[in-house]
Amino acid sequence: MNIIVCVKHVPQVEEEELIINQAGVDIEKEDLVFDINEWDYYAVEEAIRIKEKYGGKITVITVGEEKSRDTLRKALAMGADEAILAQDERLSGSDVFVTARILHQALKNIPYDIILTGAQASDDASAAVGVTLAEMFGIPYGALVNKIDIEPDNKTVKIKRELEGNLNEVLDIKLPALFTIQTGINEPRYVSVAGIRNVKTRPIKQLSLEDLFSKEEAALPCSKLIIKKMSLPKVGAKAQILEGTPEKKAEELVAVLKEKGGIL
Amino acid sequence: MNQILVLIEHRRNQIRDVSYEMISTARTLADKIQAEVAAVLLGDDLNNFIPQISGKVNKLLLVEDKRLENYNSVYYQKVLSNIINERKPVLTFIGHTAIGIEIAPALAYQLDIPLASNCATLDYSDDGFIAHKRTYGDKIDTELGFKPGQIFMATLQQGAKIDESQPALTAEVIKVAMPALEEIEYRKFIEYIEEAAGEVDITQADIIVSVGRGIKDEKNIGIVQELANAMGGALACSRPVVDKRWLPKERQVGTSGKTVKPRLYLAVGISGSFQHCAGMKGSSTIIAINKDPNAPIFEIAQYGIVDDLFKVVPKLTEKVKEFKLVRN
Repeated sequence: MNIIVCVKHVPQVEEEELIINQAGVDIEKEDLVFDINEWDYYAVEEAIRIKEKYGGKITVITVGEEKSRDTLRKALAMGADEAILAQDERLSGSDVFVTARILHQALKNIPYDIILTGAQASDDASAAVGVTLAEMFGIPYGALVNKIDIEPDNKTVKIKRELEGNLNEVLDIKLPALFTIQTGINEPRYVSVAGIRNVKTRPIKQLSLEDLFSKEEAALPCSKLIIKKMSLPKVGAKAQILEGTPEKKAEELVAVLKEKGGIL
Repeated sequence: MNQILVLIEHRRNQIRDVSYEMISTARTLADKIQAEVAAVLLGDDLNNFIPQISGKVNKLLLVEDKRLENYNSVYYQKVLSNIINERKPVLTFIGHTAIGIEIAPALAYQLDIPLASNCATLDYSDDGFIAHKRTYGDKIDTELGFKPGQIFMATLQQGAKIDESQPALTAEVIKVAMPALEEIEYRKFIEYIEEAAGEVDITQADIIVSVGRGIKDEKNIGIVQELANAMGGALACSRPVVDKRWLPKERQVGTSGKTVKPRLYLAVGISGSFQHCAGMKGSSTIIAINKDPNAPIFEIAQYGIVDDLFKVVPKLTEKVKEFKLVRN
């Protein structure tokens, strides 16, 4: 089973106070820590588990800036075999369509049975690159996959897909196919600093737009969506925030709990 | 006349709420641009659904075929691309659901139109349509625009507001023929599987204490369990806690887990993603403890504590216990 995994290097924003940039169309990223997109971490792990059972080669690819090499190295340290970085200044701020187009162009000549992506990226929250890429390749797909079982014929995959309200659906899909991976499908292995250091010298194939598109080919793909504005939501407007020391806050909260029937 | 097309979503003989949410949003937009709203229903026997939709839209398109009994992305895509090509709606609305996440990008690519994915709401001004969505872990409001006159597609998050004041309509019901298609071999629906019920049914609890990613480690769950015990409530959690196998799936609150409406919901270390809030916003009182003052959970909570949960929660447990001692 040859597997391609598409990954993204994203800012970790969970515990950060974010700031909108001067142009008002993105956040300031200078001081943020970046890491592999959470969904992609599960996708890389799933690829490695399939490889451990069925053999084959894993190629990881990202469209991103120079620093995205960190995420590729993490995937290599986990057990991926080869890594590709499609990097070009002109690609900054690309939408789903452009990202998928670049991936398609970069992957055209790489043999594969399965392509995996994360079900969504935490930064743009579009959840659309994977299926768009599958359409470009003209292959079947399944989104929000939380279980992959390869059938004995090695040509069919039984997948479980997460629906809403505690429900899943089971599908049979013929390979080659693309699956977008939902978090929780597995328990991704831990990557140590030493593990990353060990892959530091492994080559990462870098592709520019000139490498990807010949002069004869149509003009470079163009984003179809326009980001008009980003802003911070008005938070806390509704919540009454309890102030003071932790002790004082706890005391006040107990009063609220009593009033609202929060203590049986 | 301009049209806004809405894909009605249904599963196991039930129309899903997101369908009504899309219709309502579509009608508000349609009033602004003098358009009509056309709903499209795909299935093998749609008679029961017609009265549920026909009073809410201008047109109701029905495509009935045995192969549409259960959702299959391949058949859905073929049927919908034909309809969109023929009717050229200015906007096609699809739910940001397990169905929409598959067919919306596929259709948008096939039809070569932009897709605004995962929208909280859509608006129309002199500059044209604006799609509002949350990005960067639901912490940033993002506005997306389109080239003037461009037809496009949008997926709407589950849980959008419904405008109950919209007057009743009488839909013109139109049957649309299933396009000629060969049997699809490469994608087959097998069955639905429900997650195991488990030992605790959190949907029955009057008081819920819910724990999120902020708890950092499995070994810390105990401090929140202890608070839940002291309050006499059930312990629930957000998605990351289940993904990491710290608590079983039956405890998960949110779109992909359970929807709860307790008397009191206390969220501990939960940032408040849209998909989590959709599962608990019906609670009578919502309280949040989170160290990030900008966490979206504070938009929906009535009371909040901005602090380190590891400092506050043990104190809170202690004080709840003290109160109960005195009371008893």
